[in-house]
Amino acid sequence: MADETTSSYVDLSVAYVDATVQAADYLVVLPVIGPLIMSAFCLMLRRQQHVQPWIAGITLGAVFFGNIALALRIMESGPVFMAMGRWLPPFGISFNADALSVLMTLTASLVSLVCVFYSAKSVDGDGRRYGFYPFLLMLTAGVSGAFLTADLFNLYVWFEVLLISSFGLIVLGNSHAQLDGAVKYAFLNLVATTLFLIGIGYTYGLFGTLNMADLTLRIAESDGLPLGTVALLFIFAFAMKAAAFPLNFWLPASYHTPNIVTSALFAALLTKVGIYALLRVAGMLLPGSFDTFQEVLIWVAALTSLLGAAGALASTDIRKVLGFLVLSGIGAMFVGIAVVSPDGLRGAVLYAVHSILVMAALYLAAGVIGRMTGSFDLHSVGGLYRAHPFFAALFLILVFAISGLPPFSGFWPKVILVRSSMDAGEGWLTAAYLVSSFIAMIAIGRVWLFAFWRDDLDGTRIAITPLTRDEAQAYITPIAILVAVIVGIGLIADPAVHMASAAAIGIIDPSAYITSVSPVGP
Amino acid sequence: MEVILSLLVGAYFTAAVYLMLSRHVIRLLLGAALLGNAANLLIFVAGRLVHEVPPVIPLGLTAPESVTANPLPQALVLTAIVIAFSIFAFLLVLSMRAYQELGTDDTDHMRVAEPVHVPRPPQGY
Repeated sequence: MADETTSSYVDLSVAYVDATVQAADYLVVLPVIGPLIMSAFCLMLRRQQHVQPWIAGITLGAVFFGNIALALRIMESGPVFMAMGRWLPPFGISFNADALSVLMTLTASLVSLVCVFYSAKSVDGDGRRYGFYPFLLMLTAGVSGAFLTADLFNLYVWFEVLLISSFGLIVLGNSHAQLDGAVKYAFLNLVATTLFLIGIGYTYGLFGTLNMADLTLRIAESDGLPLGTVALLFIFAFAMKAAAFPLNFWLPASYHTPNIVTSALFAALLTKVGIYALLRVAGMLLPGSFDTFQEVLIWVAALTSLLGAAGALASTDIRKVLGFLVLSGIGAMFVGIAVVSPDGLRGAVLYAVHSILVMAALYLAAGVIGRMTGSFDLHSVGGLYRAHPFFAALFLILVFAISGLPPFSGFWPKVILVRSSMDAGEGWLTAAYLVSSFIAMIAIGRVWLFAFWRDDLDGTRIAITPLTRDEAQAYITPIAILVAVIVGIGLIADPAVHMASAAAIGIIDPSAYITSVSPVGP
Repeated sequence: MEVILSLLVGAYFTAAVYLMLSRHVIRLLLGAALLGNAANLLIFVAGRLVHEVPPVIPLGLTAPESVTANPLPQALVLTAIVIAFSIFAFLLVLSMRAYQELGTDDTDHMRVAEPVHVPRPPQGY
C-alpha cells in the first residue's frame, strides 16, 4: 500500500533542481536582489540623508564587482542559469545570464555607480528626502532584471519596475518643465509596455509558454503560425522604448527636464533596455523577424540617425543636443540590426555599450557646464577652458568618442557597423550613417567650441563660478572614470569586441543558452 | 465564447486607440486604462476558456482527470492588473498636477519643456 502511494507521486526530478545551488550562482540574481533590498533599506533611512549615498554606493559597488566575476565566468564556461524556487523551466521563472546579458548589466552597473558618486553633491536634501536613492536603486534593479531574466512575462515585469522608478525620478523636483516632460514620457512609455504585453499575450496564445529557452525550441519546430504579426508587435514596442524614428518624440521632450544625474541614467540605460529586448526577443526568440522586416528596419535606422543628428544641430540647449545624440546613437544600433548579419549584431551590441558609457559621461559633463556657467544655453555658456583645462580635455575626449574617432570607444563599433552594412550591400545606409555621425560631430563639437573656447560674450568676460574642492571631487571624478573606461576600450578593444562577438553569436545561435537551462535539457 | 470575447477585445482596442488619439490628457488617461484592460482580456482569452473546472488533481492521481481551466493566464493577468492599476494611479496624479501647474490639459498647449519659439543656435562668436 505504501509503495503504491509513493509511486503515484509525481517524479520531481524533471521539474525541480535537486542539487544545492552553488554560492557563485547567486551572482546571477545579485544585481537584482541587492539593489531591491537596499532600496527598501534606503527608504527606511530617508531622514538619514548622509547615509543614503553610502548605502547606494556600496550596494552598486558590490553589484559591479559581482558582475565582473559573473562576466569572467560566463566568458570562460558559457551562460549561467538560476531557477527561482528551484523550479525548472517551463514551470518556474528563471534567470539566465549569457554574454549579451552580462555585458549590458556590467556596463549599466558601472554607470549607476558613477552616477551615485556624482549625485553626492548634485542631489540636494529635497531630492533625497523624496526618495532619489530608493528610486535609483530600484531603477538599477529593474534594468538588471530586464537584462538577466529568461522569462518573457518577467521581462515585462522588470520593464514596469524600471518604468515606475523612472517616473519617480523624472518628476523629482516638481518644476513645470518636468511635469510637462513627464506627461509625455509616461504616456508614451506606458503605451509601449502595453504593446509589449499584447505581444506576450499572443505569444502565450500560440505556444502556451513564456520561458525564453522553451519558446526558442517551440518556435523552431512551429510551422504556419502568424509569427510575423507577433514579431512586428514586439519590434514596434521595443522601437518605441528605444526611441527610434518615428516613435522617438517622447525622448527629446523629456530628457532635458529632470536633475542631470537622472538624465544621465535615463540616457545611458533606458533606451538600451529597448535595444536589448529587441535583440533578445525579436532577434533570438523569433529568428528571421529581422529578415522579414529588413526594409522597415533600414528606413528606421537611416531616419533615426539622421533625425537625431539634425535635431542635435538645431538645438540651443546643451541637454537637448545630448538628447538628440542619444537618438542618433539608437539609429546606429538599428543600422547593425537592419543589416541582419552576425557582424552587424556585434556592431550593434558594441555600440550599445559605447553609447551607455559616453552618453552618461556627456550628461554628467553637461551638468558641470550648467553648474559653472549657470546656463545650458549655447548663447550664454563659455570660458570653461580657462577655468578648468582638465575638464575641457575630458569633454574633448567625449566629443571624439561620440564622433567615432580613434583611439576612443566609438571607433570600433563604427568600423564594424560601416563594414557590415557595406558587406550587406546597403551602401546608402552606410552613407546615411556616416553623414549622420558627421553632423553629430559638428553638433557636439560646437558645444565644446562655445562652452570651452569662447571667453567673451559681446566684449565682456563670461562669469564662471569655480567648483569648490568637494564639488570638483564629486563631479569630475565620475566623468574621469567613465572617460578612462572609454579610452581603455578604445586602446584595448579586444575584451569588449570579444564579448560583443559572443553576444552576437548567442543571439543567432541560442543553443548554449538553451542547454545551460537544465542538465535534463533538450 | 472565445469568439465573443475576442470581439470584445477588439472593441476595447478600438476605443482605446480612438481615445488616445485625442489631445486631451483626460481622454489619454481613459484610453490608457482601456488599453491595459484590453491587453489583460487578451491574455485571458489566449489561455483558452474552460468553464468551471478547477485545475486540481484528485488524490492518488498524477494528472487531472479531464481538461481543466488554465490557471496561468489568471496569474499573469493578476500581475498585469496590479501593475496597470498602480501606473494608472501615478498617471492620474501626474495629470492632475500637470493640469494644476500648467493650466491646461491640451497637449498642444503643454509647451513648457519644448517652447514653440526658440532662438536658433549661435552661428559663431
